[in-house]
Amino acid sequence: MSDLLELAQQIVQRAQGNEQIEVFVASSTEVEVEAYQGAIENLTTASSDGVGIRILRDGASGAQVGSAWAGSLDADSIEMALREARDNVQFATEDEFLAFARPDGVAAQTLNLVSDDVERVSLDEKIAMAIELEQSTRKADPRIRQVDSARYSDYISSSAIATSTGIAARYARTGAYLTVSPIATDGKDDQSGWGLSAGRGPRDLNLDQVVIDAVRRATRMLGAVKPQTQKTVAVFDPRTAATLMSIIGGSLSGEAVVRGRSYFAGRLGELVGATSVTLIDDPTDPRHFSASTYDGEGLACRRNVLIEDGVLNAFVYDTVSARRAGTTSTGSALRGGIGGSPSAGCRALQMTPGTMSQDEIFRAIGNGIFVESLNGIHSGVNPISGDFSVGVTGLMIRDGELAEPVREATVASTLQRMLQDILHVGSDQEWLPGTAAGQSLAIDGLSISGS
Amino acid sequence: MTVGHYDYCVNTDTLLERGIVEGVLATAMARGGDFAEIFVEDRATSSATLDQRRVEELTSGRERGAGIRVVVGDTTGFAHTADLSPASLARAAEAAASVARAGGGKTVTISLDDYRGHDTIAAELPSSVDKRRRIELLMQADEVARSQGDAISQVQVALGDSSRRFLVANSDGVFAGDHQVRTRFNVQCVATGDTGMQTGYRPVAGTRGFELLTPEAIAEAAKGAAQQAITKLKSRPAPSGDLPVVLAGGSGGILFHEACGHGLEADAILKQASVYAGMVGQQVASELVTLVDDGTVMGEWGYLAIDDEGRPGSRNVLIENGVLTDYMWDFMRARKEGRASSGNGRRQTYAHLPLVRMTNTYLLEGTSTPEDIISSTPYGVYVAQLGGGQVDPTTGDFVFGMTSAFLIENGEITTPLRDCNLIGNGPDVLKRVDAVANDFSMTPGTCGKDGQQVPVGTGQATMRLTGVTIGGTAA
Repeated sequence: MSDLLELAQQIVQRAQGNEQIEVFVASSTEVEVEAYQGAIENLTTASSDGVGIRILRDGASGAQVGSAWAGSLDADSIEMALREARDNVQFATEDEFLAFARPDGVAAQTLNLVSDDVERVSLDEKIAMAIELEQSTRKADPRIRQVDSARYSDYISSSAIATSTGIAARYARTGAYLTVSPIATDGKDDQSGWGLSAGRGPRDLNLDQVVIDAVRRATRMLGAVKPQTQKTVAVFDPRTAATLMSIIGGSLSGEAVVRGRSYFAGRLGELVGATSVTLIDDPTDPRHFSASTYDGEGLACRRNVLIEDGVLNAFVYDTVSARRAGTTSTGSALRGGIGGSPSAGCRALQMTPGTMSQDEIFRAIGNGIFVESLNGIHSGVNPISGDFSVGVTGLMIRDGELAEPVREATVASTLQRMLQDILHVGSDQEWLPGTAAGQSLAIDGLSISGS
Repeated sequence: MTVGHYDYCVNTDTLLERGIVEGVLATAMARGGDFAEIFVEDRATSSATLDQRRVEELTSGRERGAGIRVVVGDTTGFAHTADLSPASLARAAEAAASVARAGGGKTVTISLDDYRGHDTIAAELPSSVDKRRRIELLMQADEVARSQGDAISQVQVALGDSSRRFLVANSDGVFAGDHQVRTRFNVQCVATGDTGMQTGYRPVAGTRGFELLTPEAIAEAAKGAAQQAITKLKSRPAPSGDLPVVLAGGSGGILFHEACGHGLEADAILKQASVYAGMVGQQVASELVTLVDDGTVMGEWGYLAIDDEGRPGSRNVLIENGVLTDYMWDFMRARKEGRASSGNGRRQTYAHLPLVRMTNTYLLEGTSTPEDIISSTPYGVYVAQLGGGQVDPTTGDFVFGMTSAFLIENGEITTPLRDCNLIGNGPDVLKRVDAVANDFSMTPGTCGKDGQQVPVGTGQATMRLTGVTIGGTAA
């Protein structure tokens, strides 16, 4: 394959007159194996390419921008995308804050986010892993009556961004995953569970741990009942805590703030959380699966401390939202694939871990609910008002220990209150795919709806 | 004139010539496959957003490629490519065929049926609509929304359309194609008051062209979104616990999509991963419940002339008067059971394998009136609009969000309630339907499954459930 950065730079050369061009090109290959009953159910091998072009033109009262994308890198597709992007420019409202990123002197960190094993490990070996995952899960516990899906997947992706304002960035990453979802039964009741292991390559994956985790989640939910309606402490496990942090991270986007869509707007320097809360967005930490050398505009990623000891310290910005807010980009542009335009957001959140293990947290709070899954996030969280009401499953905590499993319950509060009401941050930090790492988190004052 | 789309450069009616398609399928079958299929897609999309009276960037997109699958026994090999040259298609066919390990070098001849092409039902194709007119439509919605009250502090309007042409052919001789045009217009408002910010949202969407976006339809959406946000400023926390719930006609249909629709998809059934497995012929719902999945509802968001496996869209009764009659089937799952697909094989793009998916899923209307249902409810919650939802098909447990809800006190709709989730169990809630009215309507939605998003419609008339758990914060 020809060099992606060179290709992007060639397209940038096509700028006419007073226009500026930003080109994003991406190329990836993927393998996915799903196993069922000891054999391959689906085997997918594929490669994808794409190009996204944005064109900006300066006018009397600001710049206008238009964009187009194509799902292939052949000359005709690039030509059409250029033509369409150029045509789209004239319809946008002129905006004095609109601009492409310019090199800002921050050096990109050297991060190794590529594992050669994705290519080195044979397809047969990957197939064998998927089948072993399915078979081991089935055999792990007599109560497992079905394995709904067992999957190995990996990808190699490379991207480049170039602009006529001097940006030239190229980066690559690989990833490999094992996921399994078994169904357990006790004869009367069925429960599903899931397990996941993620790494840069297939050798980083821990198959045994996935099986143990998925089987434990399914079997320990058997016999789950509806909890009583009450107000109590919830202990979120690392995965659900990570989900919570990524939701909160959404409201720390400078874009949400400048658009008046964040409950954090105007609160810099204020105590917004418990003093045990330090939240950092750090894509330069290679332990994080979302680590990245460059952001979605081709600026170097950097470490941003957003909440420090409970005090709101900073928001994350891309070029445009930063200009609107009268500041500079924090290297935090995200890009939703080829067709997406950059927007400010957190990429690799982590909380500073506390000192207590999960068991110590259970003992410290005595009674409450242990939350192992969150459902209906997209409908139950209002990121503007902060209203939070989501479905949960998990186990009750009684006298400092896990008790009966519960289902068909919701927990509700507001995101603002939840940050303030954090009682304990666990020491059990877990690196997970997605925007945030997780650790156990005890939060007071949640309303549980049940019976 | 400026036109909003790329021109199509594929000049045969079938996206790929018959001879090429037959050759690719022959290659795919050469290693001893039982079945092979090629799906070729050419999709053009465009979108425009107006945010705080600023037209943000217009985006146009174009994607085309082919996905090839080969089935051997219970194993499927799948490969896709964005390069439609015969050499690239042959490579994809060979990659997909690699699951057929025993075979090799077989000479296979594929002879396709006569081509069955379908044309879009859109009257005004997005590609014929001037970009200026798109901007005017956005502005119109903004004006109407802002005229609803000074409390409206933000208005965001989005317009998107897609024109999707595809060809599907398989080793059984199927050779068919469709052109699906969809248009979607959303208005989102934020109202600000002393209690903070509240949001309102209304979509207009259909498997139609721009004829869908009449001034009346746009005004109604803008007004609805603005009024919803303003009304919610007076909202108080929702109660928590088990309460009678009256669902207004339209968006309440998502309850059936989540509560049982996913559990009636044959992939979950065949893996015994659904609570509804083995229950055909049994009473699974109140006698008032007749549930239909229907790809033939002309112009609705989930409408399709043929599904993504070339099977005609059809109307399938899933539950009749409370009795489970059938599941939804795609080609693969139907083949295993030796029956025909029900036209529910859908895929997000050529780069995805087809799955069993819903189309337009709705509950047939009843004979009560909405007024009677409300006035006969002493205390409960009236849900004017539901947001998204989620279900675990294994347990049937579901969650969905109320984005506009009110208390019902003494048979009357009273205080608006803050956003919160409803939670329940599918099989349980189906038995709790105790009244269905005669004011049927439908709502567009996007359904996600295994990482694939497809457009679906949901619908019902105003109806009551004797009890559902409301996840609020008030006692």
